[in-house]
Amino acid sequence: MGRLSVNLCGIELDNPVIPASGTFGYGHEYAELYDINVLGTFSFKGTTKDPRFGNPTPRIAECTAGLINAVGLQNPGVHQVIEQELPKLKGCFHKPVMANVSGFSVEDYVYTCSLLDAQDQVGWLEVNVSCPNVHGGGMSFGTNPASAAEVTAAVKRVAKKPVIVKLSPNVTDIVSIAKACEDAGANGISLINTLLGMRIDLRSRKPVIANTMGGFSGPAIFPVALRMVYQVASNVHIPVVGMGGVSSAEDVIEMMMAGATAVEVGAANLIDPFCCKSIIEQLPGVMDRYGINQISEIIGGVENG
Amino acid sequence: MKQSVFQILENKPLTDCVYQMVLQGDTSAITAPGQFVNIRLDGLYLRRPISVCDLQQDRLTIIYKVVGKGTQQMASMTDGELDILTGLGNGYDLTKAGDDPVLIGGGVGVPPMYLLCKKLIEQKKHVQVILGFNTASEIFLEQAFRDLGVDVTVTTVDGSAGTKGFVTDALQNMNYSYFYTCGPEPMLKAVYRSTTTSGQFSFEKRMGCGFGACMGCSCKTITGFKRICKEGPVLQKEEIAWED
Repeated sequence: MGRLSVNLCGIELDNPVIPASGTFGYGHEYAELYDINVLGTFSFKGTTKDPRFGNPTPRIAECTAGLINAVGLQNPGVHQVIEQELPKLKGCFHKPVMANVSGFSVEDYVYTCSLLDAQDQVGWLEVNVSCPNVHGGGMSFGTNPASAAEVTAAVKRVAKKPVIVKLSPNVTDIVSIAKACEDAGANGISLINTLLGMRIDLRSRKPVIANTMGGFSGPAIFPVALRMVYQVASNVHIPVVGMGGVSSAEDVIEMMMAGATAVEVGAANLIDPFCCKSIIEQLPGVMDRYGINQISEIIGGVENG
Repeated sequence: MKQSVFQILENKPLTDCVYQMVLQGDTSAITAPGQFVNIRLDGLYLRRPISVCDLQQDRLTIIYKVVGKGTQQMASMTDGELDILTGLGNGYDLTKAGDDPVLIGGGVGVPPMYLLCKKLIEQKKHVQVILGFNTASEIFLEQAFRDLGVDVTVTTVDGSAGTKGFVTDALQNMNYSYFYTCGPEPMLKAVYRSTTTSGQFSFEKRMGCGFGACMGCSCKTITGFKRICKEGPVLQKEEIAWED
């Protein structure tokens, strides 16, 4: 067991660094750049029952220390993911992958999760009840405890693999939703998805994003994400995967101190495609600097002053 | 695709708001004219995608119009280093050119035509070039094309230089085997309607990553969904599905 290894819901990760869904495709673009087996794992592009084009463009708006996206779950659908993306991934990634799933009804989630659960390459199901960019689905399941629990319980009934529920920060009380998912059988919680945001073009006086609003991510949201990870991790007994604006090895350590067992890196991949590799390489040195021997020992290690 | 550090060798204005920057670095990932690079700038979160204008060994030339914060910052640079992703996008396919291809560039769509023109000349093609601008003061790169020894027609909308009118007006009287074009979307649509042969179009869209990961710049085509940054920016005439 290396210094960086952590155990996420019963599966050993060589390190806690996980590229976040929607920023890493199905792995191929990055596999052209570096050996993606250096990663703990990665969470693949949010996958739905049917193929989706997603929202109209522009889908991207730049912000100070971040960006807004309104991609709207563009993906080829679960059948093509199983028939084409996963076999292709086998050629460049030999670890269990995290399957990110979205849906528009409880039945959708169950259908897509049961198919992906049966794939040998899939280690975890990350159930996204928090996409801010689609109507009548996604985030609407994650904005109240009862519906989040309903999706969780339904997926748990068909899944043999660990189920990690990905939560939205666009709620009044994220802890109550996390607890409802835990009570419904979730094996882990991941957070935060993007914060709902908006930009206006001063010349045209129109929203920059065709869909008006989108999900804000990047370093600007790190303190908000860290706070929510801390709140959730302090109140549930299942592993928490922390994400939101993580861009450096120091950010990873900070997220873990707040209570994260593993850490997802999202927007940073889009700016520096090598960032996850760099973070993993830098972690041992940063750990030395802060007197950390084994990275798992700092999980939830924040000391309350 | 490659990520590398480039040295700024030169950065000069060609018109009021169009600049030419010459950079030195590892250009080995650039494999076709029509590809683009994605430039990281201090204090700005997203990289800025700019088309490749010319390439000579380790020298990369880009031409950009100052339109916002990123290009303003670029225009102010005289030396230093830039973190650049190179070799992005598919680029133009030269194999379909036939013997007499015409290259049609409009405004900031002109630069990628330059390297394309050089490559077609290397293949002994008889190249004709149409460069479209709004007005005489906005013209750039005309002499550079003439120096390549090709037939150049300049059009301006206001008639202050060259032929008065649009690039499509110049196209009417021309015989050509194939076409390549890059420019603002209204021009591309006009070229689409007025061309009689097959050809290739380069598109522009607001991008997130520029290398196919974020799905920010997707479009619908007759042959399926494409990412402008990855399966584009060049699309074949036959596969284009205009949005309106």
